Amino acid sequence: MTGQSVLEAVDVVKELGSGAGKITALKGVSLGLMPGELTLLMGPSGSGKTTLLSILGCIMTPTTGQIRVAGHDTEGLKAEELARLRREHIGFIFQSYNLFPTLSALENVRIALDVCGFKGFKAAARAEECLREVGLGHRLKYHPANMSGGEQQRVAVARAIATSPSVILADEPTAALDTENGQQVMALLSRIAKDQNRSVLVVTHDPRTKPFADRTIKIEDGLIVDEERRPEGLDAPQITDLTKRRKAHG
Amino acid sequence: MILTLAFRNLFHDRIRLVVTLVGILFSIVLVAVQLGLYLGSSRMITANIDHTDADLWITTFGAKSFEDGGMLLKSGDRHQALATPGVAAVVPLVVSFAEWRKPSGGSTRVVVVGTDPEDKGLIPWGFEKGTWADVREPDGIAVDRSYLKDLDIKGIGDTAQVAAGRVRVKALTEGIRSFTQSPYVFTTLARARMLLAERGTATTFFLVKLKPGADLEQVRNNLQNRLESAEVLTTAEFRDRSLTTWLFKTGAGIALIGGAFLGLLVGTVIVAQTLYSSTKDHLNEFATLRALGSSSGYIHKVILGQAGLSAVIGYSLGMAIALAVVLASRDSPLPLVMTPWLAAVLFAVTVFMCAISAMSAIMKVTKIDPAMVFNR
Repeated sequence: MTGQSVLEAVDVVKELGSGAGKITALKGVSLGLMPGELTLLMGPSGSGKTTLLSILGCIMTPTTGQIRVAGHDTEGLKAEELARLRREHIGFIFQSYNLFPTLSALENVRIALDVCGFKGFKAAARAEECLREVGLGHRLKYHPANMSGGEQQRVAVARAIATSPSVILADEPTAALDTENGQQVMALLSRIAKDQNRSVLVVTHDPRTKPFADRTIKIEDGLIVDEERRPEGLDAPQITDLTKRRKAHG
Repeated sequence: MILTLAFRNLFHDRIRLVVTLVGILFSIVLVAVQLGLYLGSSRMITANIDHTDADLWITTFGAKSFEDGGMLLKSGDRHQALATPGVAAVVPLVVSFAEWRKPSGGSTRVVVVGTDPEDKGLIPWGFEKGTWADVREPDGIAVDRSYLKDLDIKGIGDTAQVAAGRVRVKALTEGIRSFTQSPYVFTTLARARMLLAERGTATTFFLVKLKPGADLEQVRNNLQNRLESAEVLTTAEFRDRSLTTWLFKTGAGIALIGGAFLGLLVGTVIVAQTLYSSTKDHLNEFATLRALGSSSGYIHKVILGQAGLSAVIGYSLGMAIALAVVLASRDSPLPLVMTPWLAAVLFAVTVFMCAISAMSAIMKVTKIDPAMVFNR
């Protein structure tokens, strides 16, 4: 790993269950996430993608190995200290959006800021700014039930970037979306990685997301089996490109 | 945002909210009624004692309450008391049960209270019609308006037979009710003795007023040493003894406090159950909050916020009903009492009840695994 990694896993092993039912979900995984990069973590079901994401996100702890978040070693940290690392450095995007159904789009973003201690008008202004950034300036007062899946996922993206984390971890962000919305979300994440110099890790088994990746890591049976980088000079598709392509296809 | 989320969680499921509020409301009304009755009973029991200006009470040995003194104290006791250093005045007071013969036949029990307010012992209060000056007229007595029917009289000017003498109603009071349900009949000291066929100067109590600067404990000890067959109590002690006799030795107070406790228990269980099920329903949201990095304290505050909001709404509704019940009981033999202090205590009790109820929900979210956000 290089010293530039904002999130780093070193030889991570994770055993799940106990006794005869014990399985080793991760068998010594090492990787580093760089700022300004969108990394795809791909692999079949049961390969250990989500377990690795949970460990990188300080939600689970590894059985052995090290996790470093913005230079902080997480070994031996208690649940509250891990929660502090999460709110200070990591943003999450979930497959099922995990928005609060009783809150509006604006409030859904504000609550992430509130958790981090940002309150009042400044928090409201920041939440609105983030929603405008993901193209939802016209949906501030809408509740999740009144929004499309793509819009809900964009609210989740706004929530993830609101606290300016150095790393965004996304678990199957396109799985519940149609192609068009999925591509838009991926283009958005790619733009966030580039424009805001954040590190974005997307766990997915959707091959349509691959053009957006700067780096693709393949994981199978708890081990990283392949890693490839996007060729120099080839940029990720932009939202406007996608719109043109859609129009061209009628 | 904590209160916003708590509010939205609470109002998200209206049926559950109604169940929660009914639980709190039921609990508050029950506790308010029970404690209101307790307070009302206490006031009734101690009303006469509270309307005296005494520092010490000389009673027969072991007198249990205001109504239970007998007429065993003699003028000799009074002279001994007056001779005690630090004593400014010793005022006799006669209190005794007697039979009231109804004008149209039959009889009922009353408590005759003989006092001379001029001596600043027991000063009758609450006159609605007539004055103490009217009571001092021949055969004069004062009774409470609420007992006119029980006494089979219509008002001022009506006559009746009490024990050994004839009386005429010269004044009516308002709000002097008797816990024993035997109406108080206020009259002068001399007339009370006459009615009770007491020819001498026998007395039920001597109310002792101290000289300014006199040491209460020292005077009390001196009095106790001089009056071997009597008991000397401070006003507070006699008050407590009367309350203990009527409320606790009869079991009435235990029943009232027990009822209040039961109300609290039922309310706590209902609120705890609904808060727990609400928390279970929103478990994924709490897991999301945890995944986003919220502290446990933040989530606990959301649940406590829900409990607090339930408390405020439930208390407001419960108090509105409790006040209506208090108003409706105003003319009953045992009126409920609601004071600002009791209202404040009830609010504190409601908040406490809801906070305790939130514990099971808090224990549930404490065990929450944020990794569940990836399993949906």
